[in-house]
Amino acid sequence: MSEHEHTEHIVSPGTYLVIILTLLGLTVLTVYAAFVDLGQFNIVVALTIATIKATLVVLIFMHAKFAPRRTKLVIIAGIFWLILLLGMTLSDYVSRMDYRGVQFPMSQTISQTLDQQA
Amino acid sequence: MSTQVKAAELQMPEKHYINATYGIRSWLLTTDHKRIALLYLASVTLFFFIGGFFAMMIRLHLLTPSGYLLTPDTYNRMFTMHGVAMIFFFLIPSIPAVLGNFLIPLMIGAKDLAFPKINLLSWYVYVVGGAFTLWSMVNGGLDTGWTFYTPLSTVYSNSAVAPAVVGIFITGFSSILTGLNFLVTIHTMRAPGMTWFRLPLFVWAHYATSIVMILGTPVVAITLALAGMERLFGLGFFNPAMGGDPILFQHLFWFYSHPAVYIMILPSMGVISELISTFSRKKLFGYHFVAAASLAIAVIGFLVWTHHMFVTGQSTYAAVAFSFLTFLVAVPSAVKTFNWTATLFGGSISFDTPMLYTFGFLGLFLIGGLTGLFLGSLGTDIHIHDTYFVVAHFHYIMVGGAVMGYLGGLHFWWPKMTGRMYPEWLARISALVLFVGFNLTFFPQFLLGYLGMPRRYHVYPPEFQVYNVMSTAGASILAIGYLTPMIYLTWSAFFGKVAGDNPWPATGLEWKTQSPPLTENFEVTPIVTWEPYDFHNRPDLGLDVPGGGHGPRVVAPAHGDD
Amino acid sequence: MHRTGALFGQFKTLEQQKDTATLGMWVFLITEIMFFGGIMLAYTINRHVYFPAFAMGSNTLDLFLGGSNTVVLLASSFTMAMAVWSAQVGKKQLITIFLSLTILLGFVFFGVKYVEYGQKFHHHLVPGKNFDIFYCVNNPSKCEDIKPADLEKEAEELQKAVKADPDLNAHAQLYFSAYFGMTGLHALHMVIGAGLLFWLLKESVAGKFTAQYNTPVDIVGLYWHFVDIVWIYLFPLLYLIDRHK
Repeated sequence: MSEHEHTEHIVSPGTYLVIILTLLGLTVLTVYAAFVDLGQFNIVVALTIATIKATLVVLIFMHAKFAPRRTKLVIIAGIFWLILLLGMTLSDYVSRMDYRGVQFPMSQTISQTLDQQA
Repeated sequence: MSTQVKAAELQMPEKHYINATYGIRSWLLTTDHKRIALLYLASVTLFFFIGGFFAMMIRLHLLTPSGYLLTPDTYNRMFTMHGVAMIFFFLIPSIPAVLGNFLIPLMIGAKDLAFPKINLLSWYVYVVGGAFTLWSMVNGGLDTGWTFYTPLSTVYSNSAVAPAVVGIFITGFSSILTGLNFLVTIHTMRAPGMTWFRLPLFVWAHYATSIVMILGTPVVAITLALAGMERLFGLGFFNPAMGGDPILFQHLFWFYSHPAVYIMILPSMGVISELISTFSRKKLFGYHFVAAASLAIAVIGFLVWTHHMFVTGQSTYAAVAFSFLTFLVAVPSAVKTFNWTATLFGGSISFDTPMLYTFGFLGLFLIGGLTGLFLGSLGTDIHIHDTYFVVAHFHYIMVGGAVMGYLGGLHFWWPKMTGRMYPEWLARISALVLFVGFNLTFFPQFLLGYLGMPRRYHVYPPEFQVYNVMSTAGASILAIGYLTPMIYLTWSAFFGKVAGDNPWPATGLEWKTQSPPLTENFEVTPIVTWEPYDFHNRPDLGLDVPGGGHGPRVVAPAHGDD
Repeated sequence: MHRTGALFGQFKTLEQQKDTATLGMWVFLITEIMFFGGIMLAYTINRHVYFPAFAMGSNTLDLFLGGSNTVVLLASSFTMAMAVWSAQVGKKQLITIFLSLTILLGFVFFGVKYVEYGQKFHHHLVPGKNFDIFYCVNNPSKCEDIKPADLEKEAEELQKAVKADPDLNAHAQLYFSAYFGMTGLHALHMVIGAGLLFWLLKESVAGKFTAQYNTPVDIVGLYWHFVDIVWIYLFPLLYLIDRHK
């Protein structure tokens, strides 16, 4: 029993070519950006570019763009759970006042806010 | 019209999945989900015995306050290996791998699971993982606690941590493959007419369980892999001496191990939904709510793991957030409990053995669940963390909840699996013995924990001896309650009264096939047109009342003559 | 369960079979997301806490080799997608060609990895008893594959890093634990992928894949793309931590 009739959407080689060239271009960009001093934003830029590359691979190479809704739900669930793992664990570290003498970025803000309220 | 046919008239079907092919190869290389279920039944029962042996050693040792039986090191090994055997090799596989494997294709009208060969692979993976772990148990043992906290497990322990960790890592894949198989099967293999909201709640429960298996188990896999590498190759993520963090291990470990408890209880809840409806002869109250609650438990269950770590020095803000979420996860369980109780109201209740286990579940799961709230509450947890209160809490849920569901389900579906009935009166007495033994074992442990007896200690203050003796006495009675079904169920598989297609009768699709079923389950793919648990509109089962659900109640058949 | 041609016995139609296999592979891939996620978490926390050591470790990696490997894997994703396309349009010979190219690119990746790991081993950068982040700087004759100018730069960086973190060696070992853990796990997945590709190649040469039946190519493709995505993240996280100094 299938959820709906779908004739297979065949992505053209031309599209694949455009995507691979974009991916290669983004790779060059990410290496270039690594040599520019953006301070705290270097990691943000690097991860953003990586995520754009990953999205292109998932949507076009893996045909997720043309997949049934259920597939998209599975992908989103996976990503959401990864964020859950990373985010909720980091929420513990980030909100500690002192972790091995290193203060995570947000703990300063939290302790300052608390001091203001006290 | 009565569906009760005199036992003498019933005959075992000529061809079924057990006699379809012969020889050990046909069993060890089978891809039939029903045979694989029986393979799992044998292996999880073996590990239940192993875990039970270690439990016996713990309880015998704790008869006296000053440790007369075992050395401290050996005692540490006993409770560790009891936990490892029971959790990873019995509780987590039990209902899904035995009952889920057997029943899900039947319940949805399919010939088999989506991936039958992967199903067989999952059993072999379980066996290999089990072998590694057994090897470690007899070659040095394990003394770190089933939780493998670092750096004890990765640096300082003198026990066989590495092979055990490898074994559990491997067995995790068995769980992942089972969950994957179930999830995909439920999506793509349902018979025509079997819409999502006509599925039995047993299937919903396994769907929710599969979500947890799929998303949680990989995390414990990588965690154990990293811990194993730390022990063997000196990686340092969890070792403070190298700049690592033991709390990171605990975060990663509990990210899985808390949802793991929902892997253990959700399938049991699914069984209870089936049993309570069948033995009240009544549609389950609030079907949609129970289905939604299963999913809610699976999802929210991933958000609470840090409640195992309240005393580790974690951030207060994180502790508060996780404590709140812990209270939240109790809500869907409560919703289910209310719905089960409401199903009883106005029903025509019979006290067959599966129903006795169901009543046991309702009371014991309630106690276990409510005591979880004391533990989830930050202030009280400081006092009862790592005491026998915790031990009692989780045994009430795991044994009083999960195992009761497992045994109830095993009895309920035994006639379908074997074609024969177990001896009813012996089974009822055994269930009562188990209930008494269980409470005598574990209720004193609540008191012990509250009074301050720590867990995982091989000695205790003398004033706690009375309760400990009570607990050990209870454990002996509990053991009888476990052994008796093992004996009579095995006996009945060969010599029990022939059961027929639907001895209860119950409304699921699995009861429309012969007992035991054919290898391909259904001769013709069924087309489903009825709602689940409809005891009043099933002429095909002899359950029809003119006027639908508001007519006179169908009286439960008496089983007093076996 | 009996199999009739390409249709396995538990399924009713080829479409149901393809639907099921595809869903199965996607679900498996999200278990892999969670699997890698665990080690990503360990990396994230340690990178933040021991940034100087992580930066130091990252800068010992050969950017050219890492970048080349990234290009190689991306290209292999392209050839894999083309293999799937070839199957979808029924061009049997092209399937074989593109699968072969994908395998070839995979082996180039392995080759580069082998060189990189070999370098790390010689430079005493493998976690364990012999780990020493200062080894090449203190023993230039043993590390002749590093140019003297680069070695000088490294010595400078090390001096600055040690001031920021007196325990640099222990924490750099954590970086290399992450490096070997993550790239090792990734390489293991690629080996499995290569095995699957060889099987696909065999089936393709036997002419098994048509426009009606190409599910195995499709789902192995999904797996291969996923392994590529992991590397897309590993590359900046391991090689590009702090290159701009």
